[in-house]
Amino acid sequence: MSILGTRVLRTEDPRFLTQGGRYVDDVPLEGALHVVFVRSAVAHARLLSVDVEEARRAPGVVTVVTAADVDVPAQAPELPMVTTEMARPVLAAGTVRFVGEPVAAVVAESVAAAVDAAELVAVDYDPLPVVLDLEESARDEVLLFPELGTNVAMRLPFPPSEDLFDGCEVVVRGRFRNQRVAPGPMEPRATAARWSDGRLTVWSSTQQPHGTAAGMREALGLSAEQVRVIAPDVGGGFGAKDGKYPEDLVVAWLARRLERPVRWRETRSENLVGMGHGRGQLQEVRVGGSRDGRIAALRIDVLQDCGAYPSLGAFLPFLTRIMAAGVYAIPRVECTARSVVTNTTSTTAYRGAGRPEAAAAVERAVDLFATEIGMDPAEVRRVNLVPRDAFPYTTPVGTVYDSGDYPGALERLLEAADYAGLRAEQARRREGGGARQLGIGLSVYVEITNGVPGGEYAGLEVRVDGSAVVRSGTSPHGQGHATAWAMLASDRLGIPMERIEMVFNDTDLVRSGVGTFGSRSLQVGGMAVDQAAVVVLDRARRLLAELLEADPADVVVDASTGRLHVAGSPAAGRSWAELAAFAAERGEPLAADVDFQPQGATFPFGAHLALVEVDTETGAVVLRRLVAVDDAGRIVNPLLAEGQRHGGIAQGAAQALLEEVLYDADGNPVTSTFADYGMITAAELPSFELVPMETPTPLNELGVKGIGESGTIGAGPAVQNAVVDALAHLGVRHVDMPATPQRVWTALREARR
Amino acid sequence: MIPAAFEYRRAASVDEAVALLAEGGEDAKLLAGGHSLLPLMKLRLARPSLLVDIDRAAGMRHIDERDGTLAIGALARHQDLATSDLLRARCPLLAHAASLVGDPQVRHRGTAGGSVAHADPASDLCAVLRCLDARMVVQGPAGRRTVAAADFFVGFLESALGADEVLVEILVPVPAAGHGWSYQKFTRRAIDWAIVGVAAVVEPSPEGIARAAVGLVNMGPTPLRAAAVEAALRGAPRTAVAAAAASAPEGTEPAADIHADAEFRAQLATVLTRRALEEALSRC
Ligand SMILES: Cc1cc2nc3c(=O)[nH]c(=O)nc-3n(C[C@H](O)[C@H](O)[C@H](O)COP(=O)(O)OP(=O)(O)OC[C@H]3O[C@@H](n4cnc5c(N)ncnc54)[C@H](O)[C@@H]3O)c2cc1C
Repeated sequence: MSILGTRVLRTEDPRFLTQGGRYVDDVPLEGALHVVFVRSAVAHARLLSVDVEEARRAPGVVTVVTAADVDVPAQAPELPMVTTEMARPVLAAGTVRFVGEPVAAVVAESVAAAVDAAELVAVDYDPLPVVLDLEESARDEVLLFPELGTNVAMRLPFPPSEDLFDGCEVVVRGRFRNQRVAPGPMEPRATAARWSDGRLTVWSSTQQPHGTAAGMREALGLSAEQVRVIAPDVGGGFGAKDGKYPEDLVVAWLARRLERPVRWRETRSENLVGMGHGRGQLQEVRVGGSRDGRIAALRIDVLQDCGAYPSLGAFLPFLTRIMAAGVYAIPRVECTARSVVTNTTSTTAYRGAGRPEAAAAVERAVDLFATEIGMDPAEVRRVNLVPRDAFPYTTPVGTVYDSGDYPGALERLLEAADYAGLRAEQARRREGGGARQLGIGLSVYVEITNGVPGGEYAGLEVRVDGSAVVRSGTSPHGQGHATAWAMLASDRLGIPMERIEMVFNDTDLVRSGVGTFGSRSLQVGGMAVDQAAVVVLDRARRLLAELLEADPADVVVDASTGRLHVAGSPAAGRSWAELAAFAAERGEPLAADVDFQPQGATFPFGAHLALVEVDTETGAVVLRRLVAVDDAGRIVNPLLAEGQRHGGIAQGAAQALLEEVLYDADGNPVTSTFADYGMITAAELPSFELVPMETPTPLNELGVKGIGESGTIGAGPAVQNAVVDALAHLGVRHVDMPATPQRVWTALREARR
Repeated sequence: MIPAAFEYRRAASVDEAVALLAEGGEDAKLLAGGHSLLPLMKLRLARPSLLVDIDRAAGMRHIDERDGTLAIGALARHQDLATSDLLRARCPLLAHAASLVGDPQVRHRGTAGGSVAHADPASDLCAVLRCLDARMVVQGPAGRRTVAAADFFVGFLESALGADEVLVEILVPVPAAGHGWSYQKFTRRAIDWAIVGVAAVVEPSPEGIARAAVGLVNMGPTPLRAAAVEAALRGAPRTAVAAAAASAPEGTEPAADIHADAEFRAQLATVLTRRALEEALSRC
């Protein structure tokens, strides 16, 4: 029986539970200096002077550097359609554009000495007008880069058409804010670097060591051989940890310049202003159709917040557009977008990256449409879902969905949640007229995984002792790759999982790699391991066939003994150890290097239902139930998949109910501690009800898609729709996220007026 | 997150703490559980030159009853209050409110005295003690004095404590037998401070309500009493609760912050006061 699809416990956990992890800050580095950044206290200003003299003389200080000292070029995003003219200097040069932007770096013998000295750096600011609002930014009155004459960093080249809604009986409009949120990984950003013998070694809390190495190389003008990047345990990234932040580059530059090891770990408050934020869209949505429930046209116009310097966030609307049709067979769908800069922290990828924004827009629009025509939201969805026999399905925005069964997902969900029963209970509450009303929210979603082109490397070798080593270019940080990859290799080779060593996260030990993001790992990195195992097995079969003068096609693996033999005659065989020894003798070790190229992106889907209780007197929302059908193709390990769904759902619910990065009118961050920023906790969440569903993709041999982000994409809109649904009978049509008590109460009051 | 440099001394007794404070002058500060002071120091919003650590000072962690008065040592932890059989029996409101402070770590470190001395209007204990007509026993170079809660909280994070004084003990008159009580803490997340909180104690009479006391959390720069509500309920029937609660915001000056504007806080005060009184009555 195959081990695939079974609940294998995480092989990573015994070490975490008994010894603890080993993060960048735990890496011993004798004689290391500590870096503390002096950050801008003003959102937008000309830098008149940065006086570091007193700080340089402070006890324990080795040096203090500013933009004038550091010859690392300004960093521009390498992204399609995004301008490269708004490049970000690694230390602010001439102008600061957000609170928290690094202005100087203090290097000292201890963190405490560096923190003390940082206070002595005197920065003279000449304040400039601040722009925070997206629509104001788009008017190009206050400019962050005056020489460019515009704040627009990206514009999607898809102009709206005039007649999109012609013939629609009903057209509903919505204006939705998909607020800025903070990724908030448990481990903040951390980097250590050492220069020795003409080589740079960087320990980085990154999701992509090879990408970090490339960034370091380019920024510092080094060759590939000169840079090694090691990602030790990484305490969460959620998309925002690429290890190429300006701080990372400055740390590496300092190590080389000073020829001493240098390390930096940011504080939580620095993390909340320095690490990229997620989301940040203002969406104008129009949906039109007929009173029988058919949706004929949908348009989403996106204004995306880039923050001060365009980074990956600027590109997110592209992903939003790809998913703009959602799960519905809507004949006409358009999505336009502009990304604009503001005097805030840059935005970047965060769990879902562009797709939760699409799902939120589409799912809110469908609910608005349902309310307008007086039809049950489940029924409107039923009427419009892409039918199950339509795959591969090409949407009006040109996206090709590989496989799916959206009606199946919705029906499973409604049954698992007892939708009819919930509606009856809701009706009773409404009749009762009490303060606590029930809301039922639905979302049916589809998303794109492995959406960014690029393959992945895996190497597999069977050693002469019969054990195997797998080298993988993906770089895990909590997902459980080591468990899943060992399962894949073991399933092909019959070598027990505990005899398969996993090597990740070190550019010296793994020859190439792309990394872990965009829910790509299993379908690309896992497939690479699988294919490497296939190649090795094939070689082993041929070797054995040669030894026994049999037909390679007749050679089978016996997982119970770890031996290969000719089918039907178990005695005629060899162990992996024997075969590896034989192969080695011939000078052709049992090894394979595979660069797997996926056929394309895959499209996981699902349906979520949220049940909330809303206190109409206080605006308090309690999430009572969250039922989720998530279909990510074939599931290799349900335990790992459920873990991904749990975390994702929590973050989706968090965006819907609690989390929001806020600035005051002057651009000062007011959510820069966890006392102010509403990171969700277990106490705010019910036990999730997870319903399994597996519709394999035809695009890879394992039939697998990605599941890392599904929870976030599905749960957010379901919870938001539930809040609105609870108040629908009181006249509320929309509540922006997060649905805080204040917002809910204000919406109720406005509806009552 | 590293505080500016400071001197550190540990006091073994209240007397020693008072002496060390006097020596240290203006910039000396007492350290109890550290859960309000240390975060401020780490953000460098507070920079005491000397910390006088009283955390191990003798004789300040008791919870007793003397002649109808509960005496709570300043160093009693929130957790001590929450789990005290004496408090649970004689003043359940106080035990319950303490059980809602922050999270388990905070409750095991943070002290009742530190909460009171810090005088945060968002603190749970301050408004509850105000509602219970507590008195604070304070010791300074000139000896001991007792300050009523009504006079103790003077302004935002400002109390009647002198820079050279130590809060030694909190005295709480045991509420009348048969009283009902409630604490309504309205938070964003379970671990958060109150956006608004309402504490209520009701003494019933055969006709309805003999007397009600209502304390308000985070409705102004100091913990407050809802005087208008209390006046409206003196000798009133139980049915008077809803109308009386509507005057909870009277005389308050709630701040606006990222969680709530002043108007919403007023709404919360009204609703929570009504719910607190109803729950208190249900317990009579
Ligand atoms: C994450 C977190 C969540 C929290 N949530 C809540 C909450 O929900 N509700 C709530 O009410 N509180 C909350 N708190 C605060 C907590 O209750 C604190 O412990 C309390 O406010 C202060 O007590 P402490 O012993 O820690 O005082 P410290 O921090 O040691 O001292 C606070 C101040 O009081 C002074 N002081 C301390 N003891 C004395 C004394 N005996 N005499 C004179 N002055 C003294 C100190 O000099 C200092 O100025 C929270 C704290 C944290 C860190």
